[in-house]
Amino acid sequence: MGCPPGTTAPSERLTIVTSTQSPERRRTTPTRPGDRIFRGTSLAAALLILATLAGVAVFLTAEGIPGILASPDEVKHGTGFVDYVAPLVFGTLLAAILALTMAVPLAIGVALFISHYAPRKLAAPLGYVIDLLAAVPSVVYGVWGISFLAPALVPLYRWLEDNLGFVPLFAGPASATGRTILTASIVLAVMVLPVITAICREIFLQTPRLHEEAALALGATRWEMARLAIFPYARSGIISASMLGLGRALGETMAVAMVLSASGVVTFNLISSTNPSTIAANIALTFNEATGLTVNALIASGLVLFVITFGVNFAARAIVDRRKDFSGAN
Amino acid sequence: MAKSIDVSDLDIYYGDFLAVEGVTIPIAARSVTAFIGPSGCGKSTFLRSLNRMHEVIRGARVDGKVLIDGQDLYADDMDPVNVRRLIGMVFQRPNPFPTMSIAENVLAGQRLNSKRMKKKEADDIVERSLRSAGLWNEVKDRLDRPGSGLSGGQQQRLCIARAIATQPEVLLMDEPCSALDPISTSIIEDLIHELKTDYTIVIVTHNMQQAARVSDTTAFFNLAGVGQPGRLIEHGDTSMMFSNPEDPATEAYIQGRFG
Repeated sequence: MGCPPGTTAPSERLTIVTSTQSPERRRTTPTRPGDRIFRGTSLAAALLILATLAGVAVFLTAEGIPGILASPDEVKHGTGFVDYVAPLVFGTLLAAILALTMAVPLAIGVALFISHYAPRKLAAPLGYVIDLLAAVPSVVYGVWGISFLAPALVPLYRWLEDNLGFVPLFAGPASATGRTILTASIVLAVMVLPVITAICREIFLQTPRLHEEAALALGATRWEMARLAIFPYARSGIISASMLGLGRALGETMAVAMVLSASGVVTFNLISSTNPSTIAANIALTFNEATGLTVNALIASGLVLFVITFGVNFAARAIVDRRKDFSGAN
Repeated sequence: MAKSIDVSDLDIYYGDFLAVEGVTIPIAARSVTAFIGPSGCGKSTFLRSLNRMHEVIRGARVDGKVLIDGQDLYADDMDPVNVRRLIGMVFQRPNPFPTMSIAENVLAGQRLNSKRMKKKEADDIVERSLRSAGLWNEVKDRLDRPGSGLSGGQQQRLCIARAIATQPEVLLMDEPCSALDPISTSIIEDLIHELKTDYTIVIVTHNMQQAARVSDTTAFFNLAGVGQPGRLIEHGDTSMMFSNPEDPATEAYIQGRFG
């Protein structure tokens, strides 16, 4: 069906005319080669992603099941799988949620500053710096966290223990090294900040001028304009950005493994020297010495992380979809 | 409510560029004033300078005076935010907030002005504003649905309802019908007639018949050439402007010989 653009080959015209008689042929509207090639490549790309994901899932499941079913005396940690993985799941979620709690408001603020408040001369360089933060390897964040941030936070932890010790989160005793779950979360927050900021900034910049002017004309201040026009418009984007950040925080390995002094407990005490570990950090720290079914158990913990990430993404999608009518896309 | 506007010798700049030069015009309270003129002649810019909305563009500034019942809009202690709460605006393209329901849209300005409102009070404002905008009967059963689900003409009336919900002194309309079909246009023109008993209305339009139909006073803007500032050529009673304008350029424009 290769005919020059703007014309229709006679045979194709015939197809359209006769299509009323044969429903099977109704779909054969003329397609151009360019369209078919593009459709083919994009379909292939989509399928490749699905295949990769399926491959990872199959590997994790196949290798992980023996680890899940292993009896306590067959693995190095000496407990059932659920008892083994539960504290890790707890630590992973705690660290990631703490990181997001710190990073998301800050990222939104920074993005809003860059997109709507900063003078143009400042906005562009600031944007570059934020993007640059995203390119720093996580091991560098790990080194920074362990050699600078952790010692620097020790006095703060002491202060928190002394003054806010009645809050379970700061019960203490304060860690002397500062290598706590809170420190790890702060490092994670710094790491996810650029991703969330960059996406939020792009979305804020796309806020239709019409809506901004509608808010301003009603007598909105700049901040009220952000609340009336920018945030509602950017809502689903902010959630998506946070989920990307959460994905990175959940899966981050190196920085957490380096910073966190983990002992695999379940506690909400954020500043003590006994901290829950995370799945990813635990795999990184124990995989080298692991043998036999212990390896399978580690892979199974990876499967758990995979499922958590999946669940988080589905939840985010559901949140975005729930108010679809009001998204402004219609 | 409804105040007169007095503009004297107003120059509007964007950076170093003089966009509108030397406008002097009185605008009577409770009347409709139409600004007509070719594209780029500065009538929209001038309209936006009446509620300081042109300031959203960087580098915008004015010389001269705009008085609303004697109060200078550009006085040093005048906050543009307060000016805009006093002077409502309706834009060329309907712009209800897409993430808000119809009722929330109407109340948007109200919520900025006074944070706390009883439910009854809010419902009253919604009904009163939507009735004034001639939209109540069409939307009263779906006040909690998104405003973006309405037709273009309904959306524009929703925007009018939103603008008058705060009972501003003046209502500015920047080509409010140019994106609408003739039926919606006619509904909005009728609405302008009704609203002028309560509000001072200033409307920019490209549609000469519309200016003739809705306005009491017409002002004609023109520019001498590309890169030249726009000027107010003449203003006066609409019937006089359309039957017997003083300036030949006005006559030529009204008769469709240019622009």
